[in-house]
Amino acid sequence: MLQIKNLHARIAEDGTEIIRGLNLTVKAGEVAAIMGPNGSGKSTLSYILSGREDYEVTEGEILYNGENILELEASERAAKGIFLAFQYPVEIPGVATMQFLKVAMNEQRKYRGEDELTTPEFMRRVKEAAAELKIAPEMLRRPLNVGFSGGEKKRAEILQMALLEPKLCVLDETDSGLDIDALKIVADGVNALRSPDRAVIVITHYQRLLDYIVPDTVHVLYKGQVIKSGDKTLAHELEANGYADIIEAAA
Amino acid sequence: MNMQQAIKMTAAETALVDAYTAQIGDLPGDGSVLSVRDTLVHELKTAGLPTRRVESWHYTDLRTLLRAVPAADPAAFADRVEALVAGATVLAVRNGNADLKSHAPEGVTIRSYTDSLLDGSAAAGLAVLGSDDAIGRINGGLVRGGLELAIADGTELEDPLEIQLVQSLGQAHTRFPVSFGANTKATVIERHLSTNSAESLVSSVSDITVGEGADITWIILQQQGAADTHLGQIRFDLAKDAKLHLFLINAGGKLVRQEIHGKTSGEGADFKLRGINLLGGESHTDVTFTLGHNVPHTTSTEIIRNVVFDRAKGVFQGKILVAKDAQKTDAKMACNTLLLSDDADLSAKPELEIFADDVQCGHGATVADIDHTQLFYLMARGIPENKARAMLVNAFVAEIVEELDDEPLVEALESVISAWLEKHA
Ligand SMILES: Nc1ncnc2c1ncn2[C@@H]1O[C@H](COP(=O)(O)OP(=O)(O)O)[C@@H](O)[C@H]1O
Ligand SMILES: [Mg+2]
Repeated sequence: MLQIKNLHARIAEDGTEIIRGLNLTVKAGEVAAIMGPNGSGKSTLSYILSGREDYEVTEGEILYNGENILELEASERAAKGIFLAFQYPVEIPGVATMQFLKVAMNEQRKYRGEDELTTPEFMRRVKEAAAELKIAPEMLRRPLNVGFSGGEKKRAEILQMALLEPKLCVLDETDSGLDIDALKIVADGVNALRSPDRAVIVITHYQRLLDYIVPDTVHVLYKGQVIKSGDKTLAHELEANGYADIIEAAA
Repeated sequence: MNMQQAIKMTAAETALVDAYTAQIGDLPGDGSVLSVRDTLVHELKTAGLPTRRVESWHYTDLRTLLRAVPAADPAAFADRVEALVAGATVLAVRNGNADLKSHAPEGVTIRSYTDSLLDGSAAAGLAVLGSDDAIGRINGGLVRGGLELAIADGTELEDPLEIQLVQSLGQAHTRFPVSFGANTKATVIERHLSTNSAESLVSSVSDITVGEGADITWIILQQQGAADTHLGQIRFDLAKDAKLHLFLINAGGKLVRQEIHGKTSGEGADFKLRGINLLGGESHTDVTFTLGHNVPHTTSTEIIRNVVFDRAKGVFQGKILVAKDAQKTDAKMACNTLLLSDDADLSAKPELEIFADDVQCGHGATVADIDHTQLFYLMARGIPENKARAMLVNAFVAEIVEELDDEPLVEALESVISAWLEKHA
């Protein structure tokens, strides 16, 4: 489903290279965990996947279902099924959450040549998904992410994911700032989406989330490269011993 | 005197003076009114239109910007439009002529302003606010009509009153003295519209007094055509515990100056200004505001949001004066701008002049582009760039529309805004 080959990318503004020859393959149906110390480029990778223009790809390619997506706008990538749950969801005062959800869902449908949702159908879907994630209706009446607690923001990201039904889900530290109950709710939400035609990339520091969303593969990202890949035991190893040994071995 | 007369009048100045001369004998007014008119037009002739050397006109050099003045056309016809919100009482003023047929809601007295000119009761109100009051001068010299409204003490109007000024072409000069009695509650919509793309010049002065304990919302919705000049002025005076929420939307016009001049005269008075300037094309739009906090314990907040596209130019001048005795004044003024093109321009000049020592006053001005992180967030959810931008611009102004707390009105104004944005973004 996703093939990243020798990817090099830098910050457009000042030219600092952040991603330095990264290779990663994720198959349909797979859950891949990406771990790595702070500042190693995990969020940057997620932004580049979803088409943020602050970064410039200087070398390599990203194939999504065989198609090179580097020339596509962020909105087109989203409509094709790439979803990023932000590490820091963005507050947008003046944009009502419900309006945002409706526009997003319908714009994606339009792009794919599908009919727009009727208002009752839209409302039904939101109500159902919100209930699953224990999101109070009051929250949906507020402007987008405004006044949401850290945990509410993360749950709202998963709500969006559930409604948009993406094919490739990238979760950037969705576990940070969540208490254990919220973590379970979020993990259930993600697990509910697991299917043979969907892939999930979980970016995290902690084994904790991976106890609930069990990964098929684990990749260690360091200084813009994947320096080690393995199965779920690699995550346990990291939890026990930290990154130092792996970094040293790779050097 | 000789020196001043030696200055060559511009085409616009000549046209304004000629318009007056041509109407002598026909302009309504008793002796006292006619003598005020004479003085005003004489001042216009000798001082000319204000230039950038006049401080309050520094960013709007009217003498240069006002190139021509279209001639009045008494035969022109303008049709009224539907009320902005259902249920509103529409008081139509077509090409400057007020319809007096409207059925006034209970507690509201409507009188023709022309009658007040004719019997001389309007004379005192025709005085200019100062030597730089060019709008008061032009309007006072040439005004033919308008409406005088009195809302009786204790009246609470359920539905808005809409003063609907429709202009097809030519000139119109109108006035609206409105007195809100004690403990009245009302929403008034002052709506300026153009029915076609022909050039016009409109001057309009609203002069309102808000009685003790009254709670008034006054909306100015300016939607003149792309070739039009709009010179608006609103004056207000707030009595004890009076509340005025003035909401201004500029969404049209080529050359626009809207002045707001007010004062608090009774303790506990509260004033709120919310302004949205939607600016595009080659337009020039100036909002100039002065507020005198003249007595202790009065409050005001002012928020202006400017959205500037294309080669448009916007100006906001805001001056809050706190008198020596006006202790415990609380006044906050903010002017925030989204500049959406490299050629767009906005000048903001917020000022405080404080003579009291125990006050809380502040002001700020910001200028920004669309927030890129917000834009990316929306796009990452599948919303195409154009639509995402429009949503963010809309969000920038929607916040303050929602403060109106009147659902049909909020919806009507939101659709005015989104229609404008769809056309310009
Ligand atoms: N837009 C940016 N501007 C400046 N520095 C950036 C930007 N994006 C990323 N960086 C830098 O790149 C490095 C990697 O950041 P990031 O991808 O957020 O790491 P991680 O998510 O693994 O903690 C950090 O040193 C960070 O400061
Ligand atoms: Mg990160």
